[in-house]
Amino acid sequence: MFSEGMLLLVGQGLLETLYMTIVSTVMAYVIGLPVGMLLAVTDKEGIRPSPAINRIVGGIVNVLRSVPFIILLVAVMPVTRLIAGTSIGSTATVVPLVIAAAPFVARLVESSVKEVDRGVIEASLSMGASTMEVVCKVLLPEAKPSLIVGAAIATTTILGYSAMSGFVGGGGLGNIAINYGYYRSQTDIMLVMVIILVLIVQIFQEIGNAISTKCDKRIR
Amino acid sequence: MSTIPTVEIKNLNKTFGTGDDAVVALDDINLSIHQGEIFGIIGLSGAGKSTLVRCINLLERPTTGSIIFEGVDITSYSDNQLRSVRQSIGMIFQGFNLLMQRNALDNVCFPLELVGMPRKEAKERARELLKTVGLSDKEKAYPAQLSGGQKQRVAIARALATKPKVLLCDEATSALDPTTTQSILALLKELNKKLGLTIIIITHEMKVIEQICNRVAIIDNSRIEEIGTVDEVFRHPKTLAAKKLIFPKGEYVEKISGDGKYLRLVFEGSSADRPIIANMVLKCGAPVSIVFANTKNIDGQIFGHMIIKLPDDAEVFRKITTYLDIENITYSEEKDYV
Repeated sequence: MFSEGMLLLVGQGLLETLYMTIVSTVMAYVIGLPVGMLLAVTDKEGIRPSPAINRIVGGIVNVLRSVPFIILLVAVMPVTRLIAGTSIGSTATVVPLVIAAAPFVARLVESSVKEVDRGVIEASLSMGASTMEVVCKVLLPEAKPSLIVGAAIATTTILGYSAMSGFVGGGGLGNIAINYGYYRSQTDIMLVMVIILVLIVQIFQEIGNAISTKCDKRIR
Repeated sequence: MSTIPTVEIKNLNKTFGTGDDAVVALDDINLSIHQGEIFGIIGLSGAGKSTLVRCINLLERPTTGSIIFEGVDITSYSDNQLRSVRQSIGMIFQGFNLLMQRNALDNVCFPLELVGMPRKEAKERARELLKTVGLSDKEKAYPAQLSGGQKQRVAIARALATKPKVLLCDEATSALDPTTTQSILALLKELNKKLGLTIIIITHEMKVIEQICNRVAIIDNSRIEEIGTVDEVFRHPKTLAAKKLIFPKGEYVEKISGDGKYLRLVFEGSSADRPIIANMVLKCGAPVSIVFANTKNIDGQIFGHMIIKLPDDAEVFRKITTYLDIENITYSEEKDYV
């Protein structure tokens, strides 16, 4: 069942999957981290409460999060073509992946930041810290272990999304699983792809947890 | 000593919420706290004392009234202007509020980073401060590796980093055991003496006030009920709120009931050695029973206080009070709190 050509194909699929996942995760964080921080800071319990900004940004995040990824994938194709020049292949898939993942990342970041003890924030304000200093010197470093666990969750979720993009020619392992396993009914190939995906998810999650534990100074 | 108070609070009111939901947290507070003083603010929980201390550095904006710091009204300062004022007002908390992801040394460096002190200089100053609070050997330790008392010491070092004029202590010893509380209070007293640091202590524990405060304000139901030197308030508590704090519930309320007159006697210094009660009973020929007795150490001075029950007889009462006047014993008849 696995000829040399097939192995090569799987190897390439694996690389494509990793490429899509990592690039999309990084870009989702470039957008999601500041947005999540904004949501936490402008919350009514935050350091700069602003109900208007919070509701508007939160609303946009909710709308994007409620669109099923498979629909978003098709719906944003014109945007994808505009940005990536094509709507097929792994680079093109990065666009909808980022659009779908950034709001999810924003909510993950928001919840991590909100875990930071209110008293610590108050103490830094009492020492004369500005909003920006609280964000950079208190909220981000104090939330770091939780942010890392969040990043592992985000990465594995994006990996799952990337596999889904196989339906519209998105490349990667998901594409192979659909082309061979679904359209050609080669269940064994599909199974192998799924196993590989499961393994990658496990590895990412374990790495994330390990880094988080290692950098968390709250643990003796 | 300058004549301008270090911190002056004028006609301060704080209301949370509006309309029917409005809750008055502070009602017309007036206080003057002078340089070098250890000033206690005591009240039961919910009295508004935490809100009051947060108003001093404007973490909480007062609804009306003003906060005057070293002669300057800072109430209407913008956030930007406040930041530099806050560097002159240190604060420590019940929950220590250390940065959990930074070690002791870096926690003390934090306020110095905020004022833009170069890293090397900041570390040197932080080491010095950790030495002052007796934690030189713990600079690499993270808060999770420190005991409660050690955490509060780091917090004190951090609060002192920017050489503040005033240190606000918000229930700073309430989470600590009695022995650790003693050592933290001793440290605060030492800092007060050595640096001339003005300290404002918020607490619900009379012991804390007795041990280190010069003056005390008693806050109850959002209002200041009584202000005075600690021994004055102890000797002549004027209000019910003060009496409640001097006699913690259970010691006093339960024991005083029934007929007869009650006198509260305060012994101090030499009178504590003389057999006052024995002589009184012999001279006045009156059987008295001791309802409550206790000694307190107020700022190094020993005070004893006692509540005695007298027979309901005007003549005996007159004899006894005359005797107490001659012996120069402070006494007061207790009625309202019986």
